[in-house]
Amino acid sequence: MEQVVFYILAAVVLIATLFSITEKHAVHAIIYLATSFFALAVIFYLLNAPLVAVFEVIIYAGAIMVLFLFVIMMLELGHPEKILLPGVRDWAPALLLGVVTLAAFILLVLHHPPPALPANPVKIRDFATVLFRKYGVAVEIVSMQLLFALVGALYLGRRK
Amino acid sequence: MIVPLTHLLILSTLIFTMGIFCLIAWRKNIIMMLIGIEIMLNAVILAFVGGAAYWGSADGQVFALFIIAMTSAEVSLALALVVYLHRRKKSVDSDDFSTLRE
Repeated sequence: MEQVVFYILAAVVLIATLFSITEKHAVHAIIYLATSFFALAVIFYLLNAPLVAVFEVIIYAGAIMVLFLFVIMMLELGHPEKILLPGVRDWAPALLLGVVTLAAFILLVLHHPPPALPANPVKIRDFATVLFRKYGVAVEIVSMQLLFALVGALYLGRRK
Repeated sequence: MIVPLTHLLILSTLIFTMGIFCLIAWRKNIIMMLIGIEIMLNAVILAFVGGAAYWGSADGQVFALFIIAMTSAEVSLALALVVYLHRRKKSVDSDDFSTLRE
């Protein structure tokens, strides 16, 4: 049951991402990407990471994608339907580099498959202990980083 | 683990490759380049959460949380830069921002 749900969600993620990277309207691309993030959040829930799933929905789909949408709507981008899709000279090197990376990784993984370990699900209590005991300094650094990003965004966004 | 780690890693690599493809193919449009970076970061988060589920340790989930926090800082700065550049040149085409060269 859970395996079937995982493969269906994986297909949803891949198809939505494919639509979003081949879409010439930036707003449509963002909507497809939000769909893909919702499916990815359910995959995280299936992998015993409910907190990461919740943060994915709240921060990624809820905050970051909406920030993208607001900025795209605020900029006057003219006529998005007149934007040309990338031509062969644009996507041929991308296709070459991407396929080489993908083929190398898949060959490596299929050649040395990792052995199956006994399942040992992570509890939320373990998550909280590791986050605030082992990586407490990192939490402080991340909070300072968010503050610096706020100051930088205010500085860049002010009007002369 | 509901599925083998191999399948998770292959899914993560597929998403990451699509992100690289978006970044390189759309290198004329700054907003689509940022979307490609978001896709790649999500693939990395999926790899971290899959590793946490495989080894039964919470460290991978903690790092996924740190990546999400870092991404929100990065996106706010990057979009502020996009607004600033659009205010100067009325464009999001990366070829228009070449004043340092001239």
